[in-house]
Amino acid sequence: MLELVIISALNGILYGLLLFLMASGLTVVFSMLGVLNFAHAGFYMLGAFFGFQISKWFGFWWALLLAPVVVGLIGAAVERFALRDIHRSGHVAELLFTFGLAYVIEEVVQIIWGKDPVDYRGPSSLDFPAFSIFSTNYPSYKVFMFAISVAIFVALLIVIKRSRIGLVVQASLTHPQMVAHLGHNVGLVFTLVFGVGIGLAALAGVIAGPILQTQSNMAASLIALLFAIVVVGGLGSLAGAFVASLLIGLIQTFAVSLDGSLASLFGPLSPNAPQFLIRNIWTVTIAQVAPIIPYALLILVLILRPMGLFGTRET
Amino acid sequence: MTELLSSAPISRAVHGPRLRFYAVWGGVAVLLVAFPSIFTSASSLTTFSLVGTAIVFSLSYNILLGQTGLLSFGHAVYYGIGAFFAVHSMNLIPQYGLPISLPFVPLIGGVAGLLLAVVTGWISTRRAGTVFSMISLGIAELAVALALILTDFFGGEDGISTNRTKLPAWFGWHFGPQLQVYYLVAFWVFVSALAMYALTRTPLGKICNAVRDNPERVQFVGYDPHVVRYLAFCFAGLFAGIAGALAAISFESANFTDLGWVKSGAVIFSTYIGGTGIFVGPIVGAIFFVYLSLSLSDYTSVWQLYFGLLFILIVKYAPGGIGGTLLMHRLPLRVGRLGVVLKTYAIAAVPTLLLVAGFVLAVETLVHHTVNANEDPQIKAFGVSFDASSPMTWITALMLMLFGYILGRLTWRGVTRAWDEARTIASERGVPS
Repeated sequence: MLELVIISALNGILYGLLLFLMASGLTVVFSMLGVLNFAHAGFYMLGAFFGFQISKWFGFWWALLLAPVVVGLIGAAVERFALRDIHRSGHVAELLFTFGLAYVIEEVVQIIWGKDPVDYRGPSSLDFPAFSIFSTNYPSYKVFMFAISVAIFVALLIVIKRSRIGLVVQASLTHPQMVAHLGHNVGLVFTLVFGVGIGLAALAGVIAGPILQTQSNMAASLIALLFAIVVVGGLGSLAGAFVASLLIGLIQTFAVSLDGSLASLFGPLSPNAPQFLIRNIWTVTIAQVAPIIPYALLILVLILRPMGLFGTRET
Repeated sequence: MTELLSSAPISRAVHGPRLRFYAVWGGVAVLLVAFPSIFTSASSLTTFSLVGTAIVFSLSYNILLGQTGLLSFGHAVYYGIGAFFAVHSMNLIPQYGLPISLPFVPLIGGVAGLLLAVVTGWISTRRAGTVFSMISLGIAELAVALALILTDFFGGEDGISTNRTKLPAWFGWHFGPQLQVYYLVAFWVFVSALAMYALTRTPLGKICNAVRDNPERVQFVGYDPHVVRYLAFCFAGLFAGIAGALAAISFESANFTDLGWVKSGAVIFSTYIGGTGIFVGPIVGAIFFVYLSLSLSDYTSVWQLYFGLLFILIVKYAPGGIGGTLLMHRLPLRVGRLGVVLKTYAIAAVPTLLLVAGFVLAVETLVHHTVNANEDPQIKAFGVSFDASSPMTWITALMLMLFGYILGRLTWRGVTRAWDEARTIASERGVPS
């Protein structure tokens, strides 16, 4: 039991950190540009597939370096040449545009790499167990993922809180006009933030690809989860996104490893009890319920605390 | 609300519009009745059932998107619930010998959609805009996950099937033949479309538009935007449920994918492409969407990609959709410049088509190399065959795109100029746009 708890906790935190790499870009872009980027998970997927392709040609380390940069540049181009014009047509048009973009990205990935999962592996130099807990070997690739995610998180924090560009970004979040009047190029800041946010999502794709499945449907299921994280954490709050990512990562990982059900708790349903639907509810395992939990949490948060856990303004 | 209406001068002198109203809807009714005599094949009647269902679904979606400004990513949930309740009632009615015949089943589906919308709508319509969209997506994910857990009701991955002919007959009709199903679907499409049109003419419909455009002002006038959005959401749920039930009657089955992501995406596409600004927009969009999805797949294997790109282009360059763009041309028509505008279109169309042809050629060649690389390089797309392995194909594609782009930029400037002229004349003469 202890073994299960420790391993699940490690995996859950790791999954949460990956989610944060994606959610951080999404939440900052949202609070800055007012654009909820539906294609964000699509760029995560592009990161994974670019990572796969580049690591096939040049090796994993080049992929780690190049794929986020390339995808980030694509993202910056999307902001500069499309979103900026559509901004005038309002938020609904922007959301629709990114929705269409997500659809097109999925189609393109399917055309180029097919619908089946690709054989994306991590570097062979990290192909050894880092340490073992009880009888489980913990792969060193996962330790490496940990290190990268934490490093990015710390770097992001330092840049935003300590550097000059971070100050401008923070100011543009709340007072874009004022920042523009002070002589800063707000448009450039927006493009930069959008590109970096997408680069981070792509980085998450590159490092998560070998562990999770790299497949053309990996984005569609993820975007709703990211929305849930962003709302639960509070729109525009990086700290909130961090806590919510870890929370949802842990909850999902733990839930998947448990298969308790009402039936196992209270014993099987008596044969003369009503069967329809109740039978389903009685026998469903916690593992099966796991995918629902984030959305249930989303709805609960919206009812009880509409600004999210750490948000300062109401969603 | 009554004062608001009676004080408006519209209530007098309505004979012209009223006549037009009866003429249009009467014409539609006649057309629907006559349709089977024109297109006699069973497959065209089946296609009509598909189109009719899509029309009701898109119109119901436009109550949210076009009229109230709510972008929902989970509208298929209400469609799916309608479909499942319809299927279950079609199974239960013969089992318990209830005196309900098939034409009333869409009502059951509609009520199911309405009740679900009543429950989920209150929280999701608290805020408009992005938050509403996010919640709708969350609810959609929740619904699909639940559908796969509650297998007694949703039938798991296989879904639930039924037999529509087992229900009590309706004046001798058992709805076995496609023609009888056609009339049922056509009747409900007509009634639903008429009801939704009527809804846009009610004070509620007008307040919905006001909430879309400026919720703060509406609040000052004394309406609660949340309640208005909620009511619109409930109506949308009702008609989506009817559409789902109609689909269930045509297919005699319901599946968890009816609630899912693909269905929700399709209704966004068809509604927006048709145009959210005018009532017939979603109808045009639904016909266009069903037609494209049935016919494009014969021409190319990657029609979804073209479809997605078309959608993006419409969002960027023609936010009014097909309907809105056509409507826009009333302005040059009124000032007598339509001919000039159309002429510039004809000129701009040539390089644009070259650009598109080059792009399609490049995509199809790429598809050949990635998807079926080991097959015969002589490939065929849109009825044209070419050799995908030859470098000439690539050069042709690149040249077409390059020249199409350069000339396209020049010729589209002419279009902009013609429009500017038309607008200037219109504003000089004081013609409303």
